[in-house]
Amino acid sequence: MNPILAVRDLRITFGGVVAANGIELDIYPHELVAVIGPNGSGKTTFLNLCTGYIHPASGSVTFEGKPITELPPRTITRRGIARAFQIPQLFAGHSVLECVMLAVAARHGIWDAWRPLARRGYRHEAHEILDLLTLGAVADRLTATLPEGLRKLADIAIAMALKPRLLLLDEPTSGVSTAEKIPLMDTIVGVLRAEKITALFVEHDMDVVERYADRVLVWDSGRVAAAGRPHEVLHSADVLERIIGVG
Amino acid sequence: MIANYLPLIVDGLADAALIFFVAVGLTLVFSVVRILNVAHGSFYAFGAYLSVVIGTIFAGRGWPLLSLTALVISPLLVALAFGPLIERTLLRWTYGRPEALQILVTFGLFLVLEDLQKLVFGVQPYSQDLPMQLLGTSRIGGIVYLNYQLLLIVLALVVGVSLRLLLKKSRIGKLISAVVADEELARTIGIDAPRVFMLAFSVGVFLAALGGALASPTIGVAPGLGAEIIVLAFAVAAIGGLGQIEGAALASILIGFTRVAAIYFAPEFQPVVPYLVMVAVLIVRPYGLFGSIGLRRI
Amino acid sequence: MVVRYTVILAVVAALLPIAVPWLGFVFTLAVGIGLAALGVAMLLRGGLISIGHALYFAVGAYAVAFLMRDAGVHDLLVLFAGATIITAAVGFLVGAFMVRYRAIFFAMLNLAISMVFFTLLSKLYYVTGGTDGLAVATPTVLGMQLSRGAFDVVMQNAALILMVAAALLIDRYLKSPLGEALGAIHTNEVRLEYLGVSARGVIWAAYTVSAGLAGLGGAITAVAIGHVVPELSYWTVSGQLVLVAVLGGIGGVPGAFIGAFFLELVRTFAVGIAGEVWNAIIGISLLIVIFFLPEGLYGLIQRLERRRTNPK
Repeated sequence: MNPILAVRDLRITFGGVVAANGIELDIYPHELVAVIGPNGSGKTTFLNLCTGYIHPASGSVTFEGKPITELPPRTITRRGIARAFQIPQLFAGHSVLECVMLAVAARHGIWDAWRPLARRGYRHEAHEILDLLTLGAVADRLTATLPEGLRKLADIAIAMALKPRLLLLDEPTSGVSTAEKIPLMDTIVGVLRAEKITALFVEHDMDVVERYADRVLVWDSGRVAAAGRPHEVLHSADVLERIIGVG
Repeated sequence: MIANYLPLIVDGLADAALIFFVAVGLTLVFSVVRILNVAHGSFYAFGAYLSVVIGTIFAGRGWPLLSLTALVISPLLVALAFGPLIERTLLRWTYGRPEALQILVTFGLFLVLEDLQKLVFGVQPYSQDLPMQLLGTSRIGGIVYLNYQLLLIVLALVVGVSLRLLLKKSRIGKLISAVVADEELARTIGIDAPRVFMLAFSVGVFLAALGGALASPTIGVAPGLGAEIIVLAFAVAAIGGLGQIEGAALASILIGFTRVAAIYFAPEFQPVVPYLVMVAVLIVRPYGLFGSIGLRRI
Repeated sequence: MVVRYTVILAVVAALLPIAVPWLGFVFTLAVGIGLAALGVAMLLRGGLISIGHALYFAVGAYAVAFLMRDAGVHDLLVLFAGATIITAAVGFLVGAFMVRYRAIFFAMLNLAISMVFFTLLSKLYYVTGGTDGLAVATPTVLGMQLSRGAFDVVMQNAALILMVAAALLIDRYLKSPLGEALGAIHTNEVRLEYLGVSARGVIWAAYTVSAGLAGLGGAITAVAIGHVVPELSYWTVSGQLVLVAVLGGIGGVPGAFIGAFFLELVRTFAVGIAGEVWNAIIGISLLIVIFFLPEGLYGLIQRLERRRTNPK
């Protein structure tokens, strides 16, 4: 099977700090891959590189067989990769529904100056996504008034409204209380599996990783230091020492 | 050979000096208080009017030499009258608001001050070139120069260097730098930020009025002066990089020279020059010669 | 709500000139300013403040003068259409690089270009009439040359129709995906890019439309006054346009026109009572609105409406 995302020897340095030191990996369709590693190991930089927010000094990123290394975020998004952010990136002053409708409209074509954004078709689609992610009840609330867990979900809803084939999630459960984490991930993963979306998520909570990931990639100093199935990787003494600091 | 260009150089530097006083005040206020003050030009106009009035009073009383002091008394009066008052009331209310709104507030202030100016001084032009005449001329290399121009250049250097020393070496300068770098942090370590703002703004007003006072012997002072100078000051401040004092100096020199060169070689287009330079600079360096901004981290 | 108020405004505006004839002229001028202010308000939605929109106002006005003088165009509708298209084209060209800038820098560059245009208009005497400007003769209407009095009435009604049409069209625009995306740029441009939308493209479109609006406003003004001068491109006019937009309220399309009517009425009455204070009155009104009525006069009207229908 061909990988949906192939990364080869990605490198970039910021003022003396090597943020990406030859990243090599393959992600296969329909996988749920967790990315773990200590703070500052370059995980968010990797997401920035994959989505065109920054461009590598060398190396390549290929999506569905086509290179995307030098493309800007908006083009990469249109190719089928969507991203949810560590700090939820919502549109302040708008309701959750409006944010998702904008994403729906973006997918159908934003170059429409005549028909309203809030048309029945877009509303319907937006409501569907919100319901899938259990956000139906807060659809009309302003994003600024939501608690962190729901803001995260809203961010993910916006990304999902783009009907991506690859979804990149940056710490979906950070800032969420322990009690809420499992229900949140159950919801998200449920939708991912149902919609057959490949996903890569950066995560710090090892319980979450163990429970939901098909594969785990361990980051260290800007590269993939280890990879494998959760029970292999998370119980390896080497990883435990490097990443979790035990041993 | 350079002697051939000396008149151009002196003219250019003198022009640059007059622009510098206004532009550096504008950029200083922007760097500390973070507001682009449209009414800055109004203080320039008040400085000019007051200087002419005071100078004329002294001349009328038979104390022509004192008219020179008018050039300094006038800006001091303007700064004392307007500085703390406006900062404490109008500006304080706009801190923390969106940039666009702050500029609009200063535009509203500008409109009010324009009419105040007309009410106080009337609409007829004023002029008083006594200070310029008093200083006489010098002959260098066979060409006659106005000593007043040389004074302007010297004063601009003095002001520039003083500001630099003030900001980098003096205690008050360090307080200002602290507030500029991180206002919240400065407050928590006990710095009286509101007072710093008031001081910085008042200095800005002083500089604008000084520019007006020093310019008044060379121009006709009439309504519309403030409007004319503020847009030029904006251009210079933008070219130099908003909030950058060195930038304001460099930009003033650049504009001074290009304006004077235009007067010599293509006089019809002299007014266009600063704005053409501004467009050119901003296209190449959107944040001005010394300005900068970082990429948002996500 | 927009439709309702536009209709009310339109009815009042249509009846007023009949009741008070000289107000008709004020109304026409207000529509000219209002259209340009609407252009500014559109950009404010996207968080972009243009303090140089007088450029397009002047381009529209001078386009009318040039079309009459050099292209032999005399028909009112053709003049309006021509001026609008020419100005929109200029906006399109300027917008091409303008969209790379944001915030203060966007504002500054707009200002700079408008001042370049102002000085060119003032200096190129043989082309533009210099500081004297150019006269604009009374255009023909549907082939007929009318008396000035009759023409003024036609102008008022044309202004009325254009105001209503512009209000409805721009309201649609702002509620469409392209218009809502403009608002999103202001709140989170990065997120918008991550939706696959080109922020620059969205701004470019809005900028071009807003330039066209200002051009039409300038054209109306040129024809109504019968004269164009370089001051139409001066920065204080740009300032007035932003002032009018904020005064009226940028929350809705009628705001720009409400603000414009307010400005023109104050200007007209203040000159009669105390000529040297109309600037101050406008300035103080602006300050009052900024501090106490952040949603502008239109926002105030909306609030009163809500209170009326919801006494609680």
